[in-house]
Amino acid sequence: MTEYAKPIPVPQPESERYWEAARREELWLRSCLDCKQAYFYPRDICPNCHSRNTDWIRSSGKGTIYTFAIVHRAPHPGFGPDAPYITAIVELDDGPRIPTNIVGVDPKPENLDIGMPVQVVFEKITDEITLPKFKLA
Amino acid sequence: MPVMSKLKAISGSAEIVGVAESDRLGKLPNRSALQLHAEAADNALADAGIPMSDVDGFLTAGYSTYDVAEYLGIEPRFTDSTIVGGSSFVIHIAHAMAAIQAGYCEVALITHGQSGRSDRARAAMNRGLPAAQYEAPYGILGPPVSYSMAARRYMHEYGEDRTRQALAEIAVSTRKWANMNEMAYMHDETMSFDDYHNSRWISWPFHLFDCCLVTDAGAAIVVTTPERAKNARKGGVKVLGVGEGHDHSMISQMQDLTLPFGRHTGPQALEMAGITHSDLDLTMIYDSFTYTVLVTLESLGFCGPGEGPDFVADQRTAPGGDFPLNTNGGGLSYTHPGMYGIFTVIEAVRQLRGETGERQIKNRNLAMAHGTGGNLSSTGTVILSRD
Ligand SMILES: [Zn+2]
Repeated sequence: MTEYAKPIPVPQPESERYWEAARREELWLRSCLDCKQAYFYPRDICPNCHSRNTDWIRSSGKGTIYTFAIVHRAPHPGFGPDAPYITAIVELDDGPRIPTNIVGVDPKPENLDIGMPVQVVFEKITDEITLPKFKLA
Repeated sequence: MPVMSKLKAISGSAEIVGVAESDRLGKLPNRSALQLHAEAADNALADAGIPMSDVDGFLTAGYSTYDVAEYLGIEPRFTDSTIVGGSSFVIHIAHAMAAIQAGYCEVALITHGQSGRSDRARAAMNRGLPAAQYEAPYGILGPPVSYSMAARRYMHEYGEDRTRQALAEIAVSTRKWANMNEMAYMHDETMSFDDYHNSRWISWPFHLFDCCLVTDAGAAIVVTTPERAKNARKGGVKVLGVGEGHDHSMISQMQDLTLPFGRHTGPQALEMAGITHSDLDLTMIYDSFTYTVLVTLESLGFCGPGEGPDFVADQRTAPGGDFPLNTNGGGLSYTHPGMYGIFTVIEAVRQLRGETGERQIKNRNLAMAHGTGGNLSSTGTVILSRD
């Protein structure tokens, strides 16, 4: 197996639970108990109403494509072998939007559209890190 | 919220008296970024007729002010390293004006220098940042990827074909201006609509010609009091209106990918200046990408949401058109070292002074310069006046 050459997340104190959940192939989000909104990315204080009264919820992992691009010129050498690859912002049914890749589809504009339903899948990249990605549902 | 009565009270209370680029722009492997800062500072102060020893306010972005001030041999009493991407240097003009008005300093120097093309010691990303955890691992890395995702959303909302035509109009018109600017990287290269459409994909929906250049460049601006401006070598250009701010950092955190922060800074700067869009003789908009221009024209209020494609149709923004835009050739075709914003101000000042030769606009009283930073994250707007 060749060494993983792309940037690898370094879990931070406020995101350890997010990455632990991803390792179990679950997508978890922070959610505010006061304004009742889930949000991304994980942090203790709600970015919507600024309450500290926040919790974690498990996401359904379902959503739709909010926007996407097909990257032909890799912005980092680690992505060279992947290009062209699909980057996207997915709007989760739980509310927040999450940056990701759409995988399992030929990266051509005609194969994708904004609004298409997608479902989370998990890609283990190291013993510690598993990345949530999305496939067309 | 900004207090308009107070802003109006300081409108015109500072003037730009010196502007300059580094000696050369483009591919400069034998110049460090700090050398570019220093060359540009020396050139801008010469343009103003003010010695370096008179500088008592210093502003820069990308480095701490103390690193560059030490290199230049100055000891500022007002210091500002505000770094919000390419809009920083436009915002610095507002900060310089506020500092001068408050009595912190009298001669403020703003410098920029980046070896976007030839850097021998490129900095790595801070791996604790959210972007390093949530975007970079997916190859959402660097402006072409994030801006192209925003552009794709715009196409979805307002129509793909008319958006594509608008992006082409902007690329081609900007190149025509560059063909009239000897300092422009693309001075000798023309661009047809076919050239645009045939250029390779960088990050679909962006072609190569939707994307700014990557160059080495330095630039500097000198801002001072109206009293000192009277004795400056070329007089002063007044700062009438300003606005600054940001609403996100990562592209995935931007609420509306078709409405950047210029929606606040443009109207604020115009109101502070006491003018409207139709009073402007020149508009300089940071063109990191063709899409940045399209969506910024709308956010600044030159036209409504989704109306940008009609606004820029038929080469209206090209030489000879009735809406001169990015007359230096822009980040797309003149120079783009990484944080280009300062160059929008330099061209605006030169146009208002009547120094731009072949590409000189006829009426030259009022100009807007507008910078964007990060991932459509921050904006800074200034309104400049010849008298
Ligand atoms: Zn809340």
